[in-house]
Amino acid sequence: MLARKDLRLELRARDTLPAMLLFVLAIFAVFHFALPSGSSRLAELGLLWVAIVFTALLGLGRAFVAEREQGLLDALVLAPCDRSAIWLAKGIATFAFLAAAELVALPAFALFFRPIGWATIAGVLLADLGICAVGTLLSAMAAAGRARELLMPLLFLPLALPIVIGGVGASVAHGSGKYLAFLALYDAIFALLAWASFEYVVTE
Amino acid sequence: MLEGLTFDLERGGFLVVTGPNGAGKTTLLRMCAGLAIPTGGTLEVEPHRSLIGFLGHEPLVYLELTALENLDLYGRLYRVPERRERIGMLLERFGLWESRRERASALSRGQLQRLALCRALLHKPELLILDEPFSGLDSDGAALLDRELAGMRGQRTLLVATHDPERIAPIASGRLALA
Repeated sequence: MLARKDLRLELRARDTLPAMLLFVLAIFAVFHFALPSGSSRLAELGLLWVAIVFTALLGLGRAFVAEREQGLLDALVLAPCDRSAIWLAKGIATFAFLAAAELVALPAFALFFRPIGWATIAGVLLADLGICAVGTLLSAMAAAGRARELLMPLLFLPLALPIVIGGVGASVAHGSGKYLAFLALYDAIFALLAWASFEYVVTE
Repeated sequence: MLEGLTFDLERGGFLVVTGPNGAGKTTLLRMCAGLAIPTGGTLEVEPHRSLIGFLGHEPLVYLELTALENLDLYGRLYRVPERRERIGMLLERFGLWESRRERASALSRGQLQRLALCRALLHKPELLILDEPFSGLDSDGAALLDRELAGMRGQRTLLVATHDPERIAPIASGRLALA
């Protein structure tokens, strides 16, 4: 119900998904001309993961904008539902925006650079889950604090490092299974941590 | 900061909280609503948060949703029985029926405050906490709120912070002046 509300808000305001799309396409365009011709497959796939993480960061930065600007987190916190359900709903909505951006971004990457395999697609999906699990929690923390534009990347990027390592590993290594398992483990651990701690983040 | 504050508000009571800016009225109300945790002392609020209605400085409605969609969202969150009928009745009573399909961003300040009151009353709360409820209301809206508060007296527990205590003094059962 809360996730559907976020999707409806985005359909009306259209201020998150178009920005994410433009951003990720702009990154590919810039690197298409910035990377020397004949760049290695490893460098190009590394670039894909950088683009995904920073595009996600853009979406996560806007996850709690309506709640922050209109004080709506109070209303959600007061509601007689599990407060972690707010985290889950925001995470689902952010996942939907990120997946929608990637539906365009991955074919665009194939067009600008090289086609990607199923292991990379599986890695991207698992990474999205982890990004949304940990990112939604951090976005709520940043929304409650000052200097939120500064705080969000400072908190998120170090925690996203394992996602980048797992994602790049799944994309380039021969045995991608262990990297996918690593991403799945990361998702499970951080989803549990975020679920358990969200209540304390949104209560003064 | 709130220090040396002791008060009881019995079920069905109507307590008016007054005080200058910065005295802690909003902090007190937020603590009673469960939105802030006191760093010391004891605070016991009997009704579960599902039975608390809260109106703060912000209307706490999504500006991109219509009045109807906002109330429907909160109605679902609070699992209000016969939700549609209750929402329709409140919109009618607060003079918002004609504007029900307008986005909250298109409503005037007074209409937003009325919508916020609908939201706070939607789930028939046992404890109603109102922070400056007359703010933004025109004379008609303020008169409507006077009647609503008078009608709720004795049926709900009311905790109201206001800069205009004389307005509701006749129907209040107590007054808490913060310094």
